[in-house]
Amino acid sequence: MHEPRPAGPAAATNPAPPAGPRLRAEAITLTQGGRRLLDGVDLDLAGGGITMVLGPNGAGKSLLLKVLHGLIAPDTGRVLWDGRPAGQATRRRQAMVFQRPVLLRRSAAANIDFVLRARGRRDRARRDALLAHVGLDAHASRPARRLSGGEQQRLALARALATGPELLFLDEPTASLDPASVLRIEQVVAAARADDTGVVFVTHDVGQARRLADDIVFLHRGRVVEHAPAARFFDAPASAAARDFLAGRIVV
Amino acid sequence: MQDFADAFARAVTLVISGDADLIEIVALSLRVSLTATLLACALGLPIGALLAIARFPGRGAVTVVINALMGLPPVVVGLVVYLHLSRAGPLGFLGLLYTPAAMIIAQTVLITPIVAALSRQVLEDLHAEYAEQFRSLCLSRRAAVGALLWDGRYSLLTVALAGFGRAVAEVGAVMVVGGNIDHLTRVMTTAIALETSRGELALALALGIVLMVIALGVNALVHGVHQSAARRAHA
Amino acid sequence: MISRLFSSAAAAAALTLAAGVATAQDDDSIIVQSTTSTANSGLYDHLLPIFEGATGIEVHVVAVGTGQAIRNARNCDGDVLLVHARPAERRFVADGMGVERFDLMYNDFVIVGPEADPAGIGGMEDAQEALAAIAGAEAVFASRGDDSGTHKTEMALWADTGIDPAAHSGAWYRETGSGMGATLNAGVGMGAYVMTDRATWTSFANKGDFGILVEGDADLHNQYGVILVNPEACPSVNAEDGRAFIDWLLSPAGQAAIAAHEVDSRQLFFPNAR
Repeated sequence: MHEPRPAGPAAATNPAPPAGPRLRAEAITLTQGGRRLLDGVDLDLAGGGITMVLGPNGAGKSLLLKVLHGLIAPDTGRVLWDGRPAGQATRRRQAMVFQRPVLLRRSAAANIDFVLRARGRRDRARRDALLAHVGLDAHASRPARRLSGGEQQRLALARALATGPELLFLDEPTASLDPASVLRIEQVVAAARADDTGVVFVTHDVGQARRLADDIVFLHRGRVVEHAPAARFFDAPASAAARDFLAGRIVV
Repeated sequence: MQDFADAFARAVTLVISGDADLIEIVALSLRVSLTATLLACALGLPIGALLAIARFPGRGAVTVVINALMGLPPVVVGLVVYLHLSRAGPLGFLGLLYTPAAMIIAQTVLITPIVAALSRQVLEDLHAEYAEQFRSLCLSRRAAVGALLWDGRYSLLTVALAGFGRAVAEVGAVMVVGGNIDHLTRVMTTAIALETSRGELALALALGIVLMVIALGVNALVHGVHQSAARRAHA
Repeated sequence: MISRLFSSAAAAAALTLAAGVATAQDDDSIIVQSTTSTANSGLYDHLLPIFEGATGIEVHVVAVGTGQAIRNARNCDGDVLLVHARPAERRFVADGMGVERFDLMYNDFVIVGPEADPAGIGGMEDAQEALAAIAGAEAVFASRGDDSGTHKTEMALWADTGIDPAAHSGAWYRETGSGMGATLNAGVGMGAYVMTDRATWTSFANKGDFGILVEGDADLHNQYGVILVNPEACPSVNAEDGRAFIDWLLSPAGQAAIAAHEVDSRQLFFPNAR
């Protein structure tokens, strides 16, 4: 299914993505508890396609995502989206799915309704379409928190799509899910990409990165070690850390 | 032990006979305490929600004060409300003293801190779980509070019951501002106090048993609603 | 959703409050600030239906100690004062708070105690002598200690004996700080002597092995008075209906009704309006 993008003033004033990078991170550093978790991250993302953020555990992937989304302010540096600093205004046109879905204590359908209402429009047809899109139409009236792990994550994804985001952040959404659920989620993500939604997808699963990525950001010890088109990254990784990671060696 | 057996027998007789005075007193008790609970929720839940999610200077101090106010002695509340509602007091022109409205006000003052303090705890825990997701969704504070109150509704129902329990059981405040006037402001607890002072201990105990049964009934009703609703909509 | 819930709750509450206001402004009702002794003995349960049937005026009785009743009336929280402490009542009128004081009825105080009677006061006819015997034996005595009419009379009796019971407070002299019934309950529980008005004692149901040990002393006379709260001092006073109630109490019909109130076939109050 192709998610119909809401026709609104935003779409009218931005008929085409501006040339050059839409999302830019400049010299981001972040220190928590005396540890430097992001250490001078510079990043330019085109804003279309699927960018996979890859790296070993503890590389700072999730933190980077939250900084890019404007949920965490970096100690130094800044994040710009279409030239505007990341914050409430940019976040409104983005969405994020967390590693552990945070669903409201109500039915699956009501979880979607809640977001649609927060965005100012009740739309049953759109809610039903979104539920069908992630394969939950049969579970619309079930309590969200009684769904299986995979179903909950799909609901979280549908809820994120309900905001009609131009950019979608996914923080290891398939970690610890069964293969069928992983496949389903990857299909939905691919559909979003085809629908011109930009995707920034954190994973430590190399196979998943190969299946989905247009480009790869490889993060190691809080630094961007490589940022390359997927094919080049997988064929000829430039750094030793990336080579080790791809080869399945333990990278710390 | 003779007193207890006698009390139970009289309690049963009272209930079975459908004594008109008893029904009137029970109805007033419920009306006063349930209204006070509603009002306390209308005031206390937003306060609790604000303390749970807002960050402002003095928030810790306000929280400590509200927690401490949970221990307000009812008779002190009664006295404070009496001084306001008395004809000689600032609100005397309203003519509310010795009316059910005065009792409702006193019980509202008594239990609003309970509702605010307990709901703050419930909502703060829930907010810790939801905060990041809500920020990602750019929810307004109003929408966030609404979502927290709705998602916390079953825990908050227990909070409301705690407030109701305290209201319906207290005697000090309603005695002072209500005056225990027969057929006007006499409720279960003041009737119990009156029968005790008449030395009618068994009758007082019987009324106490009836009060317990009523409190039990209200709690069972709420529990039943909770259970059936939880089966339908909640995890 | 939530805000709608709140507003409906607030609306319900406002309605209830409005209903309360309506009750308070009911024109055909008066508030009588009175004593626990009259209320606990069932006097009002007997009198009020007769009066209300005759006049349609509703009478709401707030039963507290005499001291508290007078303080409440000084705050204008009542239309009629019906208490038993003559000096305090005269002061109330002298201060312009009351229109005029009328003698209404009397009964008497008695000293009750346990069957064992450790101070040996049974049968005494002099109240001061009995109190002195109690103090001498350091036998436990429970006092109201609440500034009520009964308490004031008790303190006057102690003053005549030259004994200061307050010096023994907490030892054999126990001040309960509560109403007559509560003090009787405490007294029966502790085996303590108690000075009480006869009406409350007669209708009291938790006597245990207690009985009347001292009675008949002229100093134990217990006079009740009735006063209309002064509408010039308290504009909220329902003077018309309050006066109607007092007039009725002082009339032959009211006096007869007081005399007709009995518990266990015993008359509790003796009308003596002039």
